[in-house]
Amino acid sequence: MGTDNGGMDVIAAALRLTVNGEDREFAGPLSVLALVEQLGLDTRKVAVELNREIVPRSTYAQVALREGDALEIVHFIGGG
Amino acid sequence: MDGYLAKDDAWHVAGRAFGSRLIVGTGKYKDLPTTAAAIEASGAEMVTVAVRRVNLSDPKAPMLQDYVSPSRYTYLPNTAGCFTADDAVRTLRLAREAGGWNLVKLEVLGPPPTLYPDMPATFEAAAALIKDGFEVMVYCADDPIAAKRLEDMGCVAIMPLGAPIGSGLGVQNPLMIQMIIENAKVPVLVDAGVGTATDAAFAMELGCDAVLVNSAIAHADDPVLMARAMKAGVEAGRLAFRAGRMPRRAAANPSSPTTGLIR
Repeated sequence: MGTDNGGMDVIAAALRLTVNGEDREFAGPLSVLALVEQLGLDTRKVAVELNREIVPRSTYAQVALREGDALEIVHFIGGG
Repeated sequence: MDGYLAKDDAWHVAGRAFGSRLIVGTGKYKDLPTTAAAIEASGAEMVTVAVRRVNLSDPKAPMLQDYVSPSRYTYLPNTAGCFTADDAVRTLRLAREAGGWNLVKLEVLGPPPTLYPDMPATFEAAAALIKDGFEVMVYCADDPIAAKRLEDMGCVAIMPLGAPIGSGLGVQNPLMIQMIIENAKVPVLVDAGVGTATDAAFAMELGCDAVLVNSAIAHADDPVLMARAMKAGVEAGRLAFRAGRMPRRAAANPSSPTTGLIR
């Protein structure tokens, strides 16, 4: 938190991501957890795939997103 | 429960026991409250669900989980909409992460108008899912050879269609359903085709372990009442199967004694 960022300068650079097929811009740096929260979603009700790999819920806070990352964020809906 | 439908008649899949032999889908309802009420009336303990992208423009929209609690019902995520093994595996990996549960319903369908199970693609997806640690309940053709092969591959339940999805035509090929049941050591469920309570009862009388119903409930004029009817139909069919029906005979046979008549 604060200025403790592992010695790197924190630049609030624009971060372009593809989320559920939509190209969107966010302020970086951004973790999966921060993204899900910014999107207004409840982490307990969704699952996230990053560049076609599952992101375990327990690691959302640790996984940093990078320019050009593609995410799928899904949930359960009615189905037969 | 009236004692005839005791817990000792549970069926088992993936190490879990289920008292209800009716699995219901959660699709096609007009809204989530009706979905919840119909599922409650059905007495089902397992419900099928689909996995889809969240709507980013309306993140606070009510979710299925808010109405059909995953802590009360066992969610059975399906692969509806997947046409390749790769899509099915990706979808169910997401479902496993979302639900924390590896029991899944595999369905790989061919194109409309039949939506008939695509069996080569189903075999391929089943193999990939089993390799990935999933417990696969598989929707399939009413083909005893295909059903046996799926069982031998390690599928935990075989789910042949009674009739095309959403057709409500009932079990069209009871002979093949019966052959599949007789040859299987894992549970056999009729999935797809049930149109009304008699169809569910008929499927259970054939000896199915359970029946999966969605459209017949969701598209009834009164879904909640039909859900209750399906519960009764499945129970009636199960009890009749256990009771063992009388032999069919070509000639009449009076029900009352023919002796001791007054003169």
